[in-house]
Parts: sequence; structure tokens; C-alpha cells
Amino acid sequence: MIKVRGLNKWFGSLQALNNVSLEVKSKEVVVLIGASGSGKSTLLRCLNLLEMPDQGEVEFDGRLIKPGQDDLNLLRRDMGMVFQHFNLFPHKTVLGNIIEAPIMVKRISRGEALENARWLLEKVGLEDKRDAYPCQLSGGQQQRVAIARSLAMSPRVMLFDEPTSALDPELVGEVLSVMKQLAREGMTMMVVTHEMGFAREVADRVIFMDEGSIIESGNPRQVFESPRHKRTVDFLGKVLWGPSAPADTPPMLSAAGQA
Amino acid sequence: MIFFDYLIDSIPFFIRAAAITVELTAAALVLGMVIGLCFAMMKISGRRGLKYAADTYITVIRGTPLIVQLFAIYFGLATLVDFGSFWSAAIALAIHNGAYIAEIFRGGIESIDRGQMEAARSLGMNYSLAMRRIILPQAFRRIVPPLGNQFIIGLKDSSLAAFVTLGELFGVSMRLASTHYAELSFYTIAGLYYLALVIMFTVLVNWLEKRLRIES
Repeated sequence: MIKVRGLNKWFGSLQALNNVSLEVKSKEVVVLIGASGSGKSTLLRCLNLLEMPDQGEVEFDGRLIKPGQDDLNLLRRDMGMVFQHFNLFPHKTVLGNIIEAPIMVKRISRGEALENARWLLEKVGLEDKRDAYPCQLSGGQQQRVAIARSLAMSPRVMLFDEPTSALDPELVGEVLSVMKQLAREGMTMMVVTHEMGFAREVADRVIFMDEGSIIESGNPRQVFESPRHKRTVDFLGKVLWGPSAPADTPPMLSAAGQA
Repeated sequence: MIFFDYLIDSIPFFIRAAAITVELTAAALVLGMVIGLCFAMMKISGRRGLKYAADTYITVIRGTPLIVQLFAIYFGLATLVDFGSFWSAAIALAIHNGAYIAEIFRGGIESIDRGQMEAARSLGMNYSLAMRRIILPQAFRRIVPPLGNQFIIGLKDSSLAAFVTLGELFGVSMRLASTHYAELSFYTIAGLYYLALVIMFTVLVNWLEKRLRIES
């Protein structure tokens, strides 16, 4: 469904992406892991061209995306995106946030948009919050509204950019469970996260990135239990055992499961 | 006391003059908002040519006195098009205030978190729709106080229109002062009318600010 070939991106002299290629199939859940600054978020943002890659190609649904020629707005409709800081529209209610794009972009009727929004709110467990403003919600609730807002455009792919990183620990679970449900329903998803438990449980494929390159890619069992590269081993060691862990600590299966 | 006689007797003249002042200020500020918004958009457009044009406009207008701009339009442009004193003054005030309003708008827009634009674009909104529906409504709430301030300055600056023969508050007070040889009285009266208008306007802005705060 998404094919990426030879993506390069520089921020000044810093190379954020180094010749990244990957393919995401329909209904696949791909989780991107790696240290901060490893290029995971940049890769995600290059897919819906919020960030313009300097080199390389992005193909979506068999169509090569040509910035400048193609209408990127049409592309973005089909790729929902959920941000680390939610980015809800603070001047609109929960319902207002969800129906805005369907009405203004897809031009569906207000009644239809509202009906769909109520259904989506029920799905993320927030039907009682529909008239609240974002500032009245907890972080976890805001992120669930943000997910509903993306889903309201009926995207074919959902991109999650560290959706739980800004949340208090006790609120992470409610967001992850909505994401798990989405995955079960067959949504194609790409998720940048530090939640290794989620990666193990939900991912069809885990991709480890470091310094702008894909170092390792495989099913979660393989990546977590028998990583092939030393950099993956080091990273998993730090994530699963804490920063003081010696670099050669094996990322053990049991510990990974509980992380 | 003769001052109070002047104050009472001049009411019909000053009420009519105050109406002209309000009309002039309203026309100038509505136009000034349009001009300000255009130049603010040019400044943040990321296109170098547009930004350069906007910077030039703002520098020139902020760097020259309003009375010079007013005379340039009233006497200078009159050779090409005669706008009359009201519209000459309105256009000059609009161009003048537009430069300041452009900077107020730009500051307001740039104070909105980048994530708002990204979220809007990621939902498939194009740039102008995202601006109109997401960024500007939020920016507007933040710029109400500085914009109100600029409106008050604009209202008082409209007194310069007296020098292109417009019979607004200051123009009328000049005429009455010289016919009655009572400068202190009539300029004081003019000042009182300006003060009253500014107070009324301030109450309006405060009310608007409070309402917007409750809404968000």
C-alpha cells in the first residue's frame, strides 16, 4: 500500500533520513522504534509530505506521489495522522474537531458528519464528552479525540507519531487500547512509539532505526528476541533494562514482554 | 460660566462631527484590517518576493508621519483621482493603520502552535482553508487587546483629517474656536468628545475580550 524508495532528508548538515526504503502492505501494522533523533518521526512525516524528502520516492496505492503536481491534500485525506501533542483545535468542541474536515474538505452534510462523529466517539469511549472543549479533557482523552478526528476522514492508513509520549503513565493504556482495537479491525498502521509492549503485542513488523537508517526490520519476535545488529541490541538493552544497563545485556524475552 | 454655554450650545455641531469621526474611523479601520491581513499573509507566506514587498510597505508607512501620507493622498493623488476629503482621509488612515495591524496579525498568527497547521493539513485541508478555519480564529482571540489599542490610536489620529478640510470633531472645534475666539473652551470640548468615544470603545473591547475568554 505504501512503498518508499531511497528516501533522503537533510536538516541543514544533519542527515535525518539516509536512503530509507520500505514497504507497508494493506492491513499491516508496522512499528518504528529507535532512539530520539533516529529519524522515525521524520520518516513518518515524509509519508504524508508534512515534511518534504530531499530525495527518493513515495508510492501510495500504486501511485507515485509527485509533490508540486499531485494534490497533496487528496493524499493526506487518505493518511490519518496522530501527533505526540494531540494538536486538537482548542477553539472547537470535541464534535467540532471531528466534523470540521469531513464537512469542509469532503463536503459531506453536517447531519451525516455529526452522526459519524458520534459513532466514532462511542468507539473511542468518549460519547459523553462531545460538547467539551479540548482544554477540559485529560491528555488520554484528547488523544482519543484526535484519533477519532483522523478516523472521521475514513483514511486508508493511520500514522501515529509517538501518540503516548506526552501522556502521564496512567493514561497511556486507554490510548493504546484504542489503537489495538483499530489494528484488530484491520486498519493499516504505522506507529512510532517507545511502548515496546505494544510493539510486541500488536506489530506485524518492527523496524529499528538509528541515525536515519533502517538497521533492522522483522517480526517482533525476531527483533526483540534475537536482534541481529549490535545497535539494536544496545538500544533494546537501554529501553528494557534502563540506561545503566551494560551494553551487552541480552534483551530477554520475559523482560521485553513486561516492558 | 461661559464654558458650559459653549458646551451645551455646540452639542448639535459636535454630535454631527462625532458621527463623521466614527464613520471615518470605522471605514479606515475596516480597510486597514483588510490591508493588514493581506500584508501579514504576505510576510508569513515564505515567498521572498512577497515578504520583501510587505517589509518595504511596513517600513515606509511606519517610518513617515501620518500627516505626510494624508497630504500626499489628498493633494498629491487629487491630480489623478479626486477622492474628496472624507475618502482621502479614510484611505490614508487605512494605509497607515494597515502597517501596524499587519504586524499585529503576523504576531498573532505566528503565536499559534505549528502543530495546529500540521494537524489541519494532515486532515487534507489546503493552506487557505486551514488558515481561515483553524489558525485565524485562534489568532484573532489573541490579538483583540493589541488590535483594540491600535483602534484607539486610529480613532484619535483621525483628527488629522481636519487638515484636509473634513468637518469631523477636530475640524469643527477649530472652526468654532476661531469664530468665537475661545480656543481653550472648544479644544477642551473636542477632547471630551474624543475621551467619551475612546471610553465607549474600550468598554466594547473589554466586553468582547471577556466573551472570547468564556468561549474558549
